[in-house]
Amino acid sequence: MNENNAALGKIKEYVEGNNVVLFMKGTPDFPQCGFSSAISQTLKNLGVDFSAINVLEDDMLRQGIKDFTDWPTIPQLFIKGEFVGGCDIVREMAEKGELQSLLKEKGVNCGSEASENKTQ
Amino acid sequence: MVTKIYEGEKLRMAIESEKIKELIKESIPDAEVTIEDLKGDGDHYAAIISSREFQDLSRVQQHQLVYKALGNRMGNELHALSIQTKTPETTE
Repeated sequence: MNENNAALGKIKEYVEGNNVVLFMKGTPDFPQCGFSSAISQTLKNLGVDFSAINVLEDDMLRQGIKDFTDWPTIPQLFIKGEFVGGCDIVREMAEKGELQSLLKEKGVNCGSEASENKTQ
Repeated sequence: MVTKIYEGEKLRMAIESEKIKELIKESIPDAEVTIEDLKGDGDHYAAIISSREFQDLSRVQQHQLVYKALGNRMGNELHALSIQTKTPETTE
Protein backbone atom coordinates (compact mmCIF):
# COMPACT_ATOMS: atom_id res chain seq x y z
CA MET A 1 0.00 0.00 0.00
CA ASN A 2 2.77 2.40 0.99
CA GLU A 3 4.78 1.38 -2.03
CA ASN A 4 1.73 2.05 -4.14
CA ASN A 5 1.37 5.54 -2.71
CA ALA A 6 5.04 6.16 -3.32
CA ALA A 7 4.60 5.25 -6.99
CA LEU A 8 1.59 7.55 -7.33
CA GLY A 9 3.50 10.36 -5.65
CA LYS A 10 6.40 9.90 -8.03
CA ILE A 11 4.04 9.92 -11.02
CA LYS A 12 2.39 13.11 -9.81
CA GLU A 13 5.78 14.71 -9.45
CA TYR A 14 6.80 13.79 -13.01
CA VAL A 15 3.50 14.86 -14.48
CA GLU A 16 3.31 18.18 -12.69
CA GLY A 17 6.99 18.99 -12.95
CA ASN A 18 7.32 18.66 -16.73
CA ASN A 19 5.45 20.23 -19.63
CA VAL A 20 5.18 17.09 -21.72
CA VAL A 21 5.65 13.65 -20.20
CA LEU A 22 5.46 10.33 -21.97
CA PHE A 23 5.26 7.09 -19.99
CA MET A 24 6.50 4.46 -22.39
CA LYS A 25 8.10 1.05 -22.78
CA GLY A 26 11.75 1.64 -23.57
CA THR A 27 13.24 5.00 -24.47
CA PRO A 28 12.59 7.33 -27.43
CA ASP A 29 15.82 6.09 -29.02
CA PHE A 30 15.24 2.44 -28.13
CA PRO A 31 11.49 1.91 -27.81
CA GLN A 32 10.50 -1.61 -26.73
CA CYS A 33 6.99 -1.58 -28.16
CA GLY A 34 5.44 -0.43 -31.42
CA PHE A 35 2.88 1.82 -29.74
CA SER A 36 5.50 3.54 -27.60
CA SER A 37 7.65 3.96 -30.67
CA ALA A 38 4.80 5.51 -32.67
CA ILE A 39 3.85 8.07 -30.06
CA SER A 40 7.41 9.19 -29.36
CA GLN A 41 8.01 9.50 -33.10
CA THR A 42 4.92 11.70 -33.40
CA LEU A 43 6.26 13.99 -30.69
CA LYS A 44 9.71 14.08 -32.28
CA ASN A 45 8.19 14.94 -35.66
CA LEU A 46 6.35 17.86 -34.11
CA GLY A 47 9.60 19.02 -32.53
CA VAL A 48 8.18 18.73 -29.03
CA ASP A 49 10.62 18.64 -26.16
CA PHE A 50 9.34 15.87 -23.91
CA SER A 51 10.39 13.86 -20.88
CA ALA A 52 10.17 10.11 -21.34
CA ILE A 53 9.73 7.72 -18.45
CA ASN A 54 10.64 4.10 -19.16
CA VAL A 55 8.14 2.01 -17.18
CA LEU A 56 10.08 -1.18 -17.91
CA GLU A 57 12.70 0.01 -15.45
CA ASP A 58 10.23 0.23 -12.59
CA ASP A 59 7.40 -2.23 -11.99
CA MET A 60 5.76 0.07 -9.46
CA LEU A 61 5.53 2.80 -12.07
CA ARG A 62 4.35 0.35 -14.70
CA GLN A 63 1.33 -0.58 -12.59
CA GLY A 64 1.04 2.80 -10.87
CA ILE A 65 0.54 4.78 -14.06
CA LYS A 66 -2.40 2.53 -15.00
CA ASP A 67 -4.02 3.13 -11.61
CA PHE A 68 -3.28 6.86 -11.76
CA THR A 69 -5.21 7.39 -15.00
CA ASP A 70 -7.60 4.42 -14.85
CA TRP A 71 -6.14 3.50 -18.23
CA PRO A 72 -5.02 -0.09 -18.92
CA THR A 73 -2.30 0.44 -21.51
CA ILE A 74 1.06 2.12 -22.00
CA PRO A 75 2.15 4.53 -23.59
CA GLN A 76 0.40 7.43 -21.88
CA LEU A 77 0.94 11.09 -22.70
CA PHE A 78 0.55 14.06 -20.35
CA ILE A 79 0.65 17.72 -21.34
CA LYS A 80 0.92 20.28 -18.56
CA GLY A 81 -0.29 17.82 -15.97
CA GLU A 82 -3.28 16.68 -18.01
CA PHE A 83 -3.68 13.12 -19.29
CA VAL A 84 -4.15 13.38 -23.05
CA GLY A 85 -4.41 9.73 -23.97
CA GLY A 86 -2.68 6.68 -25.36
CA CYS A 87 -1.34 5.87 -28.78
CA ASP A 88 -4.68 5.84 -30.65
CA ILE A 89 -5.91 9.15 -29.26
CA VAL A 90 -2.61 10.92 -29.80
CA ARG A 91 -2.35 9.64 -33.35
CA GLU A 92 -5.90 10.74 -34.14
CA MET A 93 -5.28 14.15 -32.57
CA ALA A 94 -2.03 14.63 -34.48
CA GLU A 95 -3.72 13.69 -37.78
CA LYS A 96 -6.47 16.23 -37.17
CA GLY A 97 -4.08 18.94 -35.99
CA GLU A 98 -5.68 18.89 -32.54
CA LEU A 99 -2.47 17.87 -30.78
CA GLN A 100 -0.67 20.84 -32.28
CA SER A 101 -3.48 23.16 -31.16
CA LEU A 102 -3.49 21.70 -27.67
CA LEU A 103 0.28 22.19 -27.34
CA LYS A 104 -0.05 25.76 -28.52
CA GLU A 105 -2.99 26.44 -26.23
CA LYS A 106 -1.02 25.10 -23.26
CA GLY A 107 1.96 27.22 -24.22
CA VAL A 108 4.28 24.35 -25.12
CA ASN A 109 6.81 25.19 -27.79
CA CYS A 110 7.08 23.09 -30.92
CA GLY A 111 9.67 22.80 -33.66
CA SER A 112 12.18 25.57 -34.24
CA GLU A 113 10.73 27.71 -31.47
CA ALA A 114 11.69 25.05 -28.95
CA SER A 115 15.29 24.80 -30.12
CA GLU A 116 15.65 28.59 -30.12
CA ASN A 117 14.52 28.73 -26.52
CA LYS A 118 16.85 25.94 -25.51
CA THR A 119 19.92 27.90 -26.58
CA GLN A 120 19.12 30.73 -24.19
CA MET B 1 -0.11 -27.57 -44.39
CA VAL B 2 0.51 -23.83 -44.34
CA THR B 3 -3.03 -23.25 -45.57
CA LYS B 4 -4.39 -25.36 -42.75
CA ILE B 5 -2.64 -23.32 -40.09
CA TYR B 6 -3.80 -20.15 -41.77
CA GLU B 7 -7.41 -21.35 -41.83
CA GLY B 8 -7.16 -22.20 -38.14
CA GLU B 9 -5.83 -18.74 -37.37
CA LYS B 10 -8.58 -17.14 -39.40
CA LEU B 11 -11.17 -19.05 -37.42
CA ARG B 12 -9.60 -18.08 -34.10
CA MET B 13 -9.53 -14.47 -35.18
CA ALA B 14 -13.17 -14.55 -36.25
CA ILE B 15 -14.13 -15.93 -32.83
CA GLU B 16 -12.01 -13.33 -31.05
CA SER B 17 -13.56 -10.49 -33.06
CA GLU B 18 -17.03 -11.74 -32.23
CA LYS B 19 -16.11 -11.88 -28.56
CA ILE B 20 -14.81 -8.32 -28.59
CA LYS B 21 -18.00 -7.14 -30.32
CA GLU B 22 -20.20 -8.99 -27.86
CA LEU B 23 -18.42 -7.59 -24.82
CA ILE B 24 -18.64 -4.03 -26.12
CA LYS B 25 -22.34 -4.36 -27.01
CA GLU B 26 -23.12 -5.82 -23.61
CA SER B 27 -22.14 -2.57 -21.90
CA ILE B 28 -22.80 -0.17 -24.77
CA PRO B 29 -25.97 -1.59 -26.35
CA ASP B 30 -26.30 0.92 -29.20
CA ALA B 31 -22.69 0.52 -30.27
CA GLU B 32 -21.85 -0.13 -33.91
CA VAL B 33 -18.62 -2.09 -33.82
CA THR B 34 -16.31 -2.79 -36.72
CA ILE B 35 -13.23 -4.90 -36.11
CA GLU B 36 -10.29 -5.14 -38.45
CA ASP B 37 -7.38 -7.50 -38.17
CA LEU B 38 -4.60 -5.06 -38.89
CA LYS B 39 -1.74 -7.37 -39.70
CA GLY B 40 -3.69 -10.54 -40.46
CA ASP B 41 -2.05 -12.20 -37.47
CA GLY B 42 -5.08 -12.36 -35.18
CA ASP B 43 -3.18 -10.33 -32.62
CA HIS B 44 -3.39 -6.73 -33.80
CA TYR B 45 -6.97 -5.56 -34.04
CA ALA B 46 -8.50 -2.20 -34.65
CA ALA B 47 -11.98 -1.59 -33.31
CA ILE B 48 -14.04 1.30 -34.59
CA ILE B 49 -16.94 1.95 -32.25
CA SER B 50 -19.76 4.33 -32.81
CA SER B 51 -22.30 5.10 -30.07
CA ARG B 52 -24.53 7.91 -28.91
CA GLU B 53 -23.19 7.31 -25.40
CA PHE B 54 -19.93 8.95 -26.46
CA GLN B 55 -21.63 12.29 -26.95
CA ASP B 56 -20.30 15.03 -24.68
CA LEU B 57 -17.48 12.79 -23.42
CA SER B 58 -13.80 13.50 -23.94
CA ARG B 59 -11.87 11.01 -26.06
CA VAL B 60 -10.21 9.67 -22.92
CA GLN B 61 -13.64 9.07 -21.33
CA GLN B 62 -14.93 7.43 -24.53
CA HIS B 63 -12.02 5.01 -24.60
CA GLN B 64 -12.43 4.34 -20.89
CA LEU B 65 -16.03 3.23 -21.54
CA VAL B 66 -14.75 0.75 -24.09
CA TYR B 67 -11.98 -0.44 -21.77
CA LYS B 68 -14.55 -1.01 -19.01
CA ALA B 69 -16.62 -3.08 -21.43
CA LEU B 70 -13.59 -5.25 -22.16
CA GLY B 71 -12.97 -5.84 -18.47
CA ASN B 72 -9.39 -6.67 -17.59
CA ARG B 73 -8.64 -8.09 -21.03
CA MET B 74 -7.17 -4.84 -22.30
CA GLY B 75 -3.46 -4.73 -21.74
CA ASN B 76 -3.47 -8.48 -21.11
CA GLU B 77 -4.76 -10.87 -23.76
CA LEU B 78 -5.79 -7.91 -25.90
CA HIS B 79 -2.49 -6.12 -25.81
CA ALA B 80 -2.73 -4.71 -29.29
CA LEU B 81 -6.30 -3.54 -29.73
CA SER B 82 -6.36 -0.15 -31.30
CA ILE B 83 -9.52 1.83 -30.61
CA GLN B 84 -11.28 4.59 -32.45
CA THR B 85 -14.50 6.00 -31.08
CA LYS B 86 -17.11 8.18 -32.74
CA THR B 87 -20.63 9.39 -32.27
CA PRO B 88 -23.11 8.48 -35.02
CA GLU B 89 -23.11 12.10 -36.29
CA THR B 90 -19.41 12.10 -36.97
CA THR B 91 -19.51 8.74 -38.74
CA GLU B 92 -18.99 9.19 -42.44
